[in-house]
Amino acid sequence: MAELPINVGSVVALPKPRLDDLLAKLREKGYQTIGPRVGDGTVQYQPIRGASEMPQGYTSEEEAGKYRLVSSGNSRYFDYTPGAQSWKQIFFPPRITLFDLCKNGGWKPVGSLEPSPRYALVGVRPCEIAAIKIQDLAFLRTDFVDPVYQERRKNAFILAVNCLRPGGTCFCASMGTGPQLSSGYDLGLTEMDDVFLVDVGSAAGKDILSGLPVAKPDAAIMGKAKQAVDAAKTKMGRQLDISDLPDVLLKNLDHPEWEAISKRCMSCASCTLVCPTCFCWDTQDHSSLNGTETERERVWDSCFNPGYSYQAGGNTRPNVRSRYRQWLTHKLGSWKQQYGVLGCVGCGRCITWCPVKIDITEEIPALRKETRS
Amino acid sequence: MPAPCKTTVAVFKFSSCDGCQLQLLNMEDEILSLANEVEIAYFLEARRRTLPGPYDVALVEGSVTTPDEVERIKTIRGQSKFLVALGTCATAGGIQALRNYADADEYARAVYPHPEYLHFLPTATPIAEHVPVDLELWGCPINKGDFLEVISALLQNRKPNLPQHSVCLECKRRGLACVIVAKNTLCLGPATRSGCGALCPSCGRGCYGCFGPQPGMDLNSLVPTLRAMEKERGETARLLRNSSGYAPAFSKAAESILEEEKKQ
Repeated sequence: MAELPINVGSVVALPKPRLDDLLAKLREKGYQTIGPRVGDGTVQYQPIRGASEMPQGYTSEEEAGKYRLVSSGNSRYFDYTPGAQSWKQIFFPPRITLFDLCKNGGWKPVGSLEPSPRYALVGVRPCEIAAIKIQDLAFLRTDFVDPVYQERRKNAFILAVNCLRPGGTCFCASMGTGPQLSSGYDLGLTEMDDVFLVDVGSAAGKDILSGLPVAKPDAAIMGKAKQAVDAAKTKMGRQLDISDLPDVLLKNLDHPEWEAISKRCMSCASCTLVCPTCFCWDTQDHSSLNGTETERERVWDSCFNPGYSYQAGGNTRPNVRSRYRQWLTHKLGSWKQQYGVLGCVGCGRCITWCPVKIDITEEIPALRKETRS
Repeated sequence: MPAPCKTTVAVFKFSSCDGCQLQLLNMEDEILSLANEVEIAYFLEARRRTLPGPYDVALVEGSVTTPDEVERIKTIRGQSKFLVALGTCATAGGIQALRNYADADEYARAVYPHPEYLHFLPTATPIAEHVPVDLELWGCPINKGDFLEVISALLQNRKPNLPQHSVCLECKRRGLACVIVAKNTLCLGPATRSGCGALCPSCGRGCYGCFGPQPGMDLNSLVPTLRAMEKERGETARLLRNSSGYAPAFSKAAESILEEEKKQ
């Protein structure tokens, strides 16, 4: 049989049972495959070896402050919506030692950043690709490059998937980041009943497909896939009007709603840590008792942590009102001035994982009310 | 040349279970280097020899529950340059502070055949209610890492790096799913100071607040959330009335629930 010609931009069909071959091929090429698996009552992004470890037959029920993984009644792999974890944990690890210093006639750094494994991220949603692109803007700037992020990001393979079953707190359609893939992936899957349609997004993607039993998809299945992707746009659990952002926030810094939110917000920081674009961190030095060695560690931090805005002389954001306002006006306001895009991709994690059910798709309309900007 | 004077450290016990002192003894990998860097001048649970004060650092475990202890803590304060309240008994009264919400005499009569031999105060109170405290290290028991951080900071004359954030931040750093959101389990994590490394949520359990309230915390919105999740009435109040129950934020929240329940 003559091999099907595959090019960047081609769409081919991969029989469902051959997903394992695709994962095996990635590992054979030296990638560490990280993908969705069920754990802790949710979907986590962990090392996976095969499709049997993925959340086949699961879907998620999501609302503000609630996430439940339930049976989907079918055998699809990607009917779940992501849990609290996001891909930022791969490129921007929650904890990483930057260097050790040793006092031996002056301070000398010991060791250097270890080379990162080449990661293949399996099942990346369109909103999550948008989030990765946003973090790229923060970590891979032209003037400053974060070496930890760059090392992990540069060789990563992105096996993306069109989102056909958005969750109850999703609003990517409002943010223009999904549910359909547009760019930023090596291979893009659309999950149908018996096959995956595979959209070749890069030369690396093309390379992975070579030798796999792919076929030319027929027009009927292509049509069905398009219908499914279009239908997903209408299944968003939430909506957000972004037409007047960032002005509605930046011109209403004294709106009474900020005070009202501060009565509900615990400043626990959950929203910022589950957010796939939030990138705040802290560096901490851990010194040995005799003072001859010290380790500098970088850890995830949050603008909701009172210690985050503490400076000599006091805290510049001393209360919950100021901390919540900082977060939202940055995420959906000044982010645009800073990076040219809003910092929200509409994944809904901050809504689902807020223990006290604060919903930004309700807060923005509340801040819009009675504004005299 | 005489050896340079080492920093002297003294460990004192008040009303407590000794668990925080045991945490010090449990530092098997570090205790020898600690003994190299400091002079352990007074630590009855570890060594028989005691040196007289004054001390550079006093580590005080336990809460103040007897008339004797009221006097003794003043003496210790007078002998110590830097006083650290060690653990939740010393910082919030501990589990014995539950009697602050009950009749201590009645407890004594229920437990002891001769309660008249007991000399105790009607309340169990944190060290800071009696003398100025230089640093509070929370936890039931304390975290060994935080303790070593405090000692090395004192030795190197810098500010210790102690967490001020909630347990939630620790859960998220560890990639743990929120037990409130994913498992409908009551958890004080959003209101509680980190330091344990999210130990209970990592075992699928809710946080019971043993490191005390996060500084500046108001439990206004967490209380209705947890009460709506209760499987039996009063669970949230019981969760708050625990080892850190006498800490003002937890005490106030529990009181408001109990008052409301009384009205119903």
